[in-house]
Amino acid sequence: MTLALALSDRARTNVATLCAHCGGRTVAGERFCCAGCEAAHGLVGRLGLDQYYALRPVRPDGERPATAESTDPTPYVRVIGDGVCALDLAVDGLRCAACLWLIEHALARDGRVTEARLNATTRRLSLRWQGPATLGETFAGLVARLGYRVAPFTPQAVRRLSDAEERDLLRRMAVAGFAAANVMLLSVSVWSGALGATRDLLHYISALIAIPALAYALKPFAVSAWASLRQRRGSMDLPVVVGVLLTVGVSLAETLRSGPHAYFESATMLVFFLLVGRYVERRARGRARSAAAHLLSLAGSVATLEQADGTLRHVTPAELKTNDVLRVAAGERLAADGVVLDAPALLDNSFVSGESRPVRLAPGGLAHGGAMNVGALLRLRVTAVGEDTLLSRIARLLEAAEQGRSRFVALADRVARIYTPTVHLLALATFLAWWLIDDLAARDALLLAAAVLIVTCPCALALAQPTVATVAIGRLARLGVLTISPTALERLGDVDLVVFDKTGTLTRGKAALLEDATRPADALQLAAQLAASSRHPLARALLAAVPDVRALPDVHEHPGEGLSCGELRLGSRRFCGVPEDGAADAMELWLARPGEAPVRFAFDDVLRADAADTVVALKACGMDVVLLSGDRAPTVRRIAEELGIESWQAGLTPDQKLARIGELVAAGRKPLMVGDGINDAPALAAAHASMSPGEAADVASAAADAVFQGEALMAVVETLALAKAALAAMRRNVALAIVYNTIAVPVAMAGLLTPPLAALAMSSSSLLVIVSALRLRAAQGRA
Amino acid sequence: MDILLYLLPIALFLGGLGLAAFLWSLRDGQFDDPEGDSARILFDEPRGGNDGSRL
Repeated sequence: MTLALALSDRARTNVATLCAHCGGRTVAGERFCCAGCEAAHGLVGRLGLDQYYALRPVRPDGERPATAESTDPTPYVRVIGDGVCALDLAVDGLRCAACLWLIEHALARDGRVTEARLNATTRRLSLRWQGPATLGETFAGLVARLGYRVAPFTPQAVRRLSDAEERDLLRRMAVAGFAAANVMLLSVSVWSGALGATRDLLHYISALIAIPALAYALKPFAVSAWASLRQRRGSMDLPVVVGVLLTVGVSLAETLRSGPHAYFESATMLVFFLLVGRYVERRARGRARSAAAHLLSLAGSVATLEQADGTLRHVTPAELKTNDVLRVAAGERLAADGVVLDAPALLDNSFVSGESRPVRLAPGGLAHGGAMNVGALLRLRVTAVGEDTLLSRIARLLEAAEQGRSRFVALADRVARIYTPTVHLLALATFLAWWLIDDLAARDALLLAAAVLIVTCPCALALAQPTVATVAIGRLARLGVLTISPTALERLGDVDLVVFDKTGTLTRGKAALLEDATRPADALQLAAQLAASSRHPLARALLAAVPDVRALPDVHEHPGEGLSCGELRLGSRRFCGVPEDGAADAMELWLARPGEAPVRFAFDDVLRADAADTVVALKACGMDVVLLSGDRAPTVRRIAEELGIESWQAGLTPDQKLARIGELVAAGRKPLMVGDGINDAPALAAAHASMSPGEAADVASAAADAVFQGEALMAVVETLALAKAALAAMRRNVALAIVYNTIAVPVAMAGLLTPPLAALAMSSSSLLVIVSALRLRAAQGRA
Repeated sequence: MDILLYLLPIALFLGGLGLAAFLWSLRDGQFDDPEGDSARILFDEPRGGNDGSRL
């Protein structure tokens, strides 16, 4: 650490224009790039944790920390008895190990904290403390002021994690691996010529290790084989379980009568290989799921409830009741359906209906949960919760749509439907032929039939899909695409039509400042300096257009009107004294300066930077592109023409979107639906495959097969290309496995198979499949 | 070949010990956060000694 300290000191003196906190560039002579960094640096110093600057990389990446804001996590605090509280927080903005150190130590400085542990893999902070639940806000605020985004880990997010299952598989894999290694050692001694009592002893010990280990390790396969048998559908697990049980049974019988051939090593090795395949696939998917849960938490909401005595309380949306009065600040989403009270409200419905323009609601108007307040602070009387909300009606549509998709059968299971009966018939034929035609004793004929089952034990087939999926899911994760559903890759691989939603998918789904050549250059800088103190979405959009801006001191926020700083004003038309000209619902801000004409800043929902390229690329791959939107026709037509999409429909309700997808599927097409809104969720679930952007509404991302993060829409094209390659690799693997079987089965049927030969064939075919899957990684890496 | 009677149990016992150690570390949560743990091992204790958090 001393070395790192010395290096970072030198780095700091050499390049004096780097921010002392985040390492970003600063205005010459300044120590910090922004007020947020200055505050965070001061806080680190006051806590006596300056060592942080020595621990982190010598050249920090200069990524600016998030602004200090956090939702009050108190409703999510769990009281676990005796004044001890626990809270899980999702933390965003971790850049290196020093961040872990800083957060954990900063929290531990508080004597009330009994445990503060941040998991760098899941980015989840577990906190425990002695004291009231309301302290949660203090601790979350502390982390936020250090420059990290924090949000409570919601129960919906936790439900998406399945640590327990993954760990269970790993445990079974360890046991199977132990058994396979030891039994193999014993078997090698048998093959190298042990005879008589020694061989019997080695066989007995093998049985003693293999049978209990298999009884434990085979359980996941047995459970799923039994389930598939009861539902009368083929599954790869069925021949695995039958094969392993028969192999062990026959080998045990051989051992008891001092026979020469026992196949314990093949059985344990097979189960070990399969568990490895299953574990790595589950782990890759588990990582994608935990990243998705993290995104979900950051978007999670806390509602502000106004109690009868006028005091405010933060609650989770699940705790709301009809007739509760909520307060929704500018920039927050409505947690439930409700009626607007007191004053007119300006709502952004893009999540709910796909409309990109904000809607003005008079008092008494009905607003839907999920809409964002883009006007002043508003009060809302909750009219519906739970079953009655728009959201739960969508959820019911969603359920119906998902049932349609569950009919999809994975490639491996389609193969298993043919494979399972074929090998079992071949084994039966072998037994009958040797027993009846060749007059072999029934016991010996049974041994030969078992050899057929052993050699056809679908190790390579069962590994064909998980190995490819693991490689592909890992590659997609590096592209920022999180694959959630198990069969997503196969379905994404044969998509032939892409359906886009407009708002939030082709467009960014949030206001962005429009360019205006007539605008004085200094006005924008000044406006951004004012806007830096506000959380209003338009102020944020203004700020996003101007990099590296320092907030002006003493800015006052006038809710619903604007911001002022002395004589300077930034806000609505009326606030800045500009006469009305009829364009009332346009998204705009005005800047009024003493002695100068007011300057207008117009905002609109703009296209993602690579939307046009994405459409072109998709068409180049031979895909049809369709636009289905809930927005008004003129806007949708303009966007469709700009992007060159010929087929578009506007003003669609969620049911109509669902119906359009249904028509496409019925016509034999395989549509990929890309959408982000609550209104897209049923269509996402009904489509052949579906994707959502990371900022999507939680019902939408829950319904999607894959979630892509970041601004780039090109991720859709990359995902489709990779999925196509993955599907081809899976088919190639299945073909390899079948070739292997057509060679191995005749050998076994002819009675030429010996235990070492079986073990060799089994492991070589499995290795072949794994190597073939890894080729996907290499091929894509070169591209 | 009598030596096998000693060697086999010893070999199996040692292997079993390794397996037990692995299962224990799994249960103990040592595989929960490989990224974080690989960094934590390099942190010095802050001045003022241990501060009560599990680090």
